[in-house]
Amino acid sequence: MLEVASITKSFDGFKAVSQANLQVEKGEIVAVIGPNGAGKTTLFNLITGVLRPDSGTVRFKGEDITGLPPYEICKKRISRSFQIVNVFQRLTVFENVQVAVLSRMGKTWNLFSPSKKLMIEETNRILENVGLITKRRHTSALLSHGDRKVLEIAIALGGDPEFLILDEPTAGMSPEETSRCIDLMKHLSEKLGLTILFCEHDMELVFAIANRIMVMVRGKTIIQGTCEQVRCDQAVQDAYLGGSDVC
Amino acid sequence: MTKNISGEKDNRTALIVCAVIGLFLFLLPALLPRFYVYLASIILLTGLLATSLNFVLGYGGVFQFHHCVFYGAGAYATALMLTKGGFSLWLGFLMGPIVGAILGFILAVICVRLSKLYFGMLQISLGSLVWVTVYRWYSFTGGDDGIHGIPMPDLLSSPNSSYYFTLLVTILCLVIMFIMVKSPFGSALQGIRDNPGRSEMIGINVKRHQVVALTIAGFFAGVAGALFVVVDNTVFPDMLFWSLSLEVFIMCLLGGWFTFLGPMLGAAVIVSLRTFVSTFTVYWAMVLGIIFMFVIFFLPTGVLGYIEEKLNKMIIEPTIKE
Repeated sequence: MLEVASITKSFDGFKAVSQANLQVEKGEIVAVIGPNGAGKTTLFNLITGVLRPDSGTVRFKGEDITGLPPYEICKKRISRSFQIVNVFQRLTVFENVQVAVLSRMGKTWNLFSPSKKLMIEETNRILENVGLITKRRHTSALLSHGDRKVLEIAIALGGDPEFLILDEPTAGMSPEETSRCIDLMKHLSEKLGLTILFCEHDMELVFAIANRIMVMVRGKTIIQGTCEQVRCDQAVQDAYLGGSDVC
Repeated sequence: MTKNISGEKDNRTALIVCAVIGLFLFLLPALLPRFYVYLASIILLTGLLATSLNFVLGYGGVFQFHHCVFYGAGAYATALMLTKGGFSLWLGFLMGPIVGAILGFILAVICVRLSKLYFGMLQISLGSLVWVTVYRWYSFTGGDDGIHGIPMPDLLSSPNSSYYFTLLVTILCLVIMFIMVKSPFGSALQGIRDNPGRSEMIGINVKRHQVVALTIAGFFAGVAGALFVVVDNTVFPDMLFWSLSLEVFIMCLLGGWFTFLGPMLGAAVIVSLRTFVSTFTVYWAMVLGIIFMFVIFFLPTGVLGYIEEKLNKMIIEPTIKE
């Protein structure tokens, strides 16, 4: 479904991502792992159009989407959430998701009909799916960190994606919040049939839900394979797991 | 679960307050002497100007530092149509907002390439260019002197009639802007204010929305400018000088830039201050500065923003706990 081929991006000569490759098939949950600074977030930024690659291509469902602006890529039904909480601070939880839904429906050029009557069911359905429905009237700045991370995902779902990119969905979450987040990801994958690409430092979580794993080190793809393959790969162990034998 | 599923706040209190103020404004010419009627007209149209700035500032997060350009351009357009063109007032009045919108569009297209403070700096310099043009072009704009004694039809020549006209147009414009703020476009705009990067990620073309918002703001600033011509029958270059823009900016912050009527309140406070304090001292701006300092310290969201927060605590929070 998504195919990233030898993509490269450097900042002032520093190669953040160099010759990275990634394939994601429909319905899969794929994890990208790698040490800090490996280029995971940069890779996501390249896929979603926040950054333009220096070379390489991104193809989605056979279509070349390399270098399109983010709002065009969003229309291809690719959504993402962010590592650092990136919500609309002054809007309520409901409005946060609603604006994403309105945008997807192409209604943001409507100047004269009241927003509060539009897309209510749709928005409430998303909030129910992620379990934020009871907090929909809270201003998002007042939510707990865990709830805001979930709201992150909810906003991404507002775009009715087929392909969901989650950048460290559980970063900074408490153990309970993390397990809630895992349940949510499973739910999205199984019930809604979303294809999910995520990156994460929590290995337990990665091995628990990922179908396949891609390992990045210093901007390069070391391996992409099933959990077992990755676990046993010597290069991964050397680079990432500190060379200790875990297999 | 509450019945109100959209998460909308209870607006009844606000409606009652608005109705009382509206009634007072309607009866004002019968209650107060002529000077105050004139002052009220100026407050209303300055409030409209501040509200149009706040449409992009408080709701759009765009730092439009030099908003008065569109106000002045609208006023000059109307004045020139009447004096040089000899057109009827209604045509001239229409020209104000149109020129405001066109100028707003042009400056917006150039300035949205930058964001935040850089936008503001570029906008202030381009705006000053417009000011210099008006200031220097004696043969066309009257330069430093401006244009005086602009003829008005009998219908609008008395202070009371021009007051009612200003009141009517201002309310109409405020209603239209309020509808826009509450529309999906308004939601998108507020999304852009809070988080432009994320807005792009959910499919909003940020720059295009900003250009449209800035054009709309220019339009309503132009309406305010045209109203000034009706009320005062003069135009002068100071109307598009940056210091007035600063004053209008402060009106938004003082009144509450995250509230809809805050800028109107700010305009009332600052225009009154300017009028009354400047009869005692030429340093009226110092008084304004001191007041503004206190507002920044104690009411960072502005006067109306503070009131709204308090009201929310009383009305919203108990219902959230359900």
